[in-house]
Amino acid sequence: MVQLKVNGQTIPLDVDPNMPLLYALRDFAHLTGTKFGCGAGLCGACTVHLNGIPIRSCLTPVSAVVDQDITTIEGLAKDGKLHPLQKAWVEHNVAQCGYCQCGQIMTAAALLQQIPNPSEKDIENYMQGNICRCGTYPRIKKAIQTAAVMIQEVKKKEGV
Amino acid sequence: MTPIFQVTRRDFLAQLGIGAGALVLGTSLPGISAAAVNAQPNPSAAALGYFVSLSPDGAVNIICHRMEMGQGINTSVPQIIADEMEADWSRVTVSLGKADARYGDQSTGGSASIRKFFTHIRQMGAIARDMLEQAAANRWKVEKSAVKAQQHFVVNTKTGEKIAFGDLAADAAKLPVPNADWVKLKSANEFKLIGKDVKLIGHQDIVQGKAVYAQDIQLPGMLIASIERPPVVGGKVKKFDATEAKKVAGVVDVIKLKDRPLPVDARPVSGVAVLATNTWAAIEGRKKLKVEWDLGSNADHNSATYKQALTEKVQQPGKVVRGKGKIDDHQYNPERTVEAVYTMPYHHHMSMETPAATAIIKDGKCTVWTGTQTPQWGKGLILGELGLDPQKDGDKVEVNTTLMGGAFGRKGKNDFTLEAVELAKVTGKPVKVIWSREDDVRHGFYHSIAANYCKAEINEKKSADFWVQRVAHPPIGWTFDGKSDIPADMLLQQGFADIPFVLNNFSCEVQPAPAHVRIGWFRAVQNLHNAFALSCFVDELAVKAGISTRQMWLNLLGEDRIIDPRKEGFTGWTNYDQLNDDHAVDTRRMKQVINTVADKAKIEQKLPAGEAWGIAYSNSFNSYSAAATKVRVKDKKVEVLEMHTAIDCGLAITPDRVRSQMEGAMIMGLSIALSSQITIKNGAIEQSNFHDYPVSRMPEVPPLHVHLIPSNHAPGGVGEPGLPAVIPSIINAIYHASGIRIRDLPAKNVLTV
Repeated sequence: MVQLKVNGQTIPLDVDPNMPLLYALRDFAHLTGTKFGCGAGLCGACTVHLNGIPIRSCLTPVSAVVDQDITTIEGLAKDGKLHPLQKAWVEHNVAQCGYCQCGQIMTAAALLQQIPNPSEKDIENYMQGNICRCGTYPRIKKAIQTAAVMIQEVKKKEGV
Repeated sequence: MTPIFQVTRRDFLAQLGIGAGALVLGTSLPGISAAAVNAQPNPSAAALGYFVSLSPDGAVNIICHRMEMGQGINTSVPQIIADEMEADWSRVTVSLGKADARYGDQSTGGSASIRKFFTHIRQMGAIARDMLEQAAANRWKVEKSAVKAQQHFVVNTKTGEKIAFGDLAADAAKLPVPNADWVKLKSANEFKLIGKDVKLIGHQDIVQGKAVYAQDIQLPGMLIASIERPPVVGGKVKKFDATEAKKVAGVVDVIKLKDRPLPVDARPVSGVAVLATNTWAAIEGRKKLKVEWDLGSNADHNSATYKQALTEKVQQPGKVVRGKGKIDDHQYNPERTVEAVYTMPYHHHMSMETPAATAIIKDGKCTVWTGTQTPQWGKGLILGELGLDPQKDGDKVEVNTTLMGGAFGRKGKNDFTLEAVELAKVTGKPVKVIWSREDDVRHGFYHSIAANYCKAEINEKKSADFWVQRVAHPPIGWTFDGKSDIPADMLLQQGFADIPFVLNNFSCEVQPAPAHVRIGWFRAVQNLHNAFALSCFVDELAVKAGISTRQMWLNLLGEDRIIDPRKEGFTGWTNYDQLNDDHAVDTRRMKQVINTVADKAKIEQKLPAGEAWGIAYSNSFNSYSAAATKVRVKDKKVEVLEMHTAIDCGLAITPDRVRSQMEGAMIMGLSIALSSQITIKNGAIEQSNFHDYPVSRMPEVPPLHVHLIPSNHAPGGVGEPGLPAVIPSIINAIYHASGIRIRDLPAKNVLTV
């Protein structure tokens, strides 16, 4: 039995410590927003945050993340309010099939943590590990820029 | 969260909170036979069809019976229905239709959902509106002509009184369903939703991780299966050793799937399944499996030598599909003649979600959840698999559909669905079959490898004549019959034998090519290699003639006119199953997209050395598309700088989704042109994942521009038509920037990309 801290909750799971986090989240914690895409860290569909840093859950064994803060797409909205990125995604009609978008949003959320006002090049560099076969990249870029503005406006209002 | 889908219509309505008093419209779509698909549907002929449900509180639920794979059909179909119904879009929810022949055609491919069924879908909404208006008229005791539905109310046009839709639900449900041909459809200027951009159905769920795909289905007590399949099509398990696999904690069983004879059809390819209580255990167990294969006769297939063989074949006369005048004795003037062979490799769909399906067989009933483009076809195969009678036992198989995480044609085949059914039957437990990325890449239904030959002579009008073109590619038909080596007419009309040029002497010929791997439908299908060849060849002709590529297109297309290849011997031409005046193939519209893309992209602007534009054109699935791409080539390295697509798809129902499909097509075309290919050695696919079948990533994508031609023509396809022209536009740009003419894809074989 291992304890995982996912989205602020402690979840005891009876899993092999070598099991990649992806399968623990999906099969055991029933958090299916984190997706399988390649199993090799090549596509980013399985991206979650570990202590705020984006990681590929398909390659990260459960043993490496025990008792650390894991955030999945299900934990991105706070107090019932969508994250600015989620709002911006809807505003720009980003998704086509939608399958990769949770991973895209999780990577983007970490980007905005690190670079609150990213340039187009910053976005391209940071997002290049996340594949979208439908081809939503131009809209992802726009949505990230919109969300960056939204976050900054909130900060201004709050006087941060 | 444990996503479990509605299994019966009653449960489904209960889940929605729709109880007694809900108006449930039983209307119909055409039957599923091939003949019926082409016939004009009669919606009142069958007992069931699109569901429009209206609750007393005014909530409208619409079932989208066509399958969502990213094209946005879950928005567009309800949008059409809601418009004709005069429903308030904010009150509309959408449910996915499960496999049911009474819905009519559910096979979601060929960019067909709207181009074939637009009128019918409108009738579904108009019937609902008509019934609500009748119910209101009855209540006011006035003629129906004295009332009018307006945005979720019916208004008495004389008194101004109005009744909310929800308050009419119970009464309307008791009325007979009017004949679809009698209900009045809106005129185009009355559309409130059609042609407008609306918020997408399901998008809120997607961004929160709540959208449910086939991989996400979880049932109590289910087993997860990971399957080792024969590396070569037609291969069989000789023997296997499961000892080590069974030692993996969580592994429950190892089962040899039954051998499957050729033709492979859309069925599974056999193999050995490792079943476990969780996904990781199934994957780990499979790694420990030892399997010896009998590879079969396709193990001698090598794509490199095969491509060479196709290249040689197309330089020999073939079977004439369409032609005119005399070619054979013509003495070509080498100064004015261009002759070229173009080749395209096998391709794989690479949808982000790999195939997955879940099945359970309990109390004589098989229930399935699958991400399929073809739920009814799948259901038929399942019935056959279980030895059931499709006529009598239809209710013993239930196929529930999920969102697909991409498909692009791959999920038109239900091999993965059948694997889940086979294993559910053997184990007696719910089984989810999950495909790894490696499984997906190595066991696909590939876009056929192809060679196209073109030869023509430029005439005094700076146009061309004495045109010969030939094609050779393993046809999709082989997958189903194991012997076809000539593409069916429906494939030959995809940008090959339907060429729209003014030619006095020409010949379109085909050469046989046997298949050795499963060949399937890939987005735009044969248009991909045919448009690549044709658009590159027109570019080469333009260079030879010393005119712009745009001008060469205009010269070849000639005056405004309607094209009918049947008049020149191509009797199998069906115009993508739309032999009607509304979808007539019009050279005026071709020239318009070419001119639009050229003008909007400003392709005639002077550029720095090493930079150039390339343009290309393709019509397919009743739509017209042209692409322009700007590249820079320096030190044999290609950089794509800007891309444009102009699309005339007739009336665009959801313009934003047309744009998104064009954006996606440009991005997909980029990696097809530059970097991706499937190669085969000793019958086995050499690629396995995103590292060796690369698809476009964000930094590689330049600014994209979509030019949507305003049109009131009958809707054409959208999902596929944008892709074909993109690829040659890039290749032509490379030529004009560098002088390097690429006739064999991808470009990375000769350039750094």
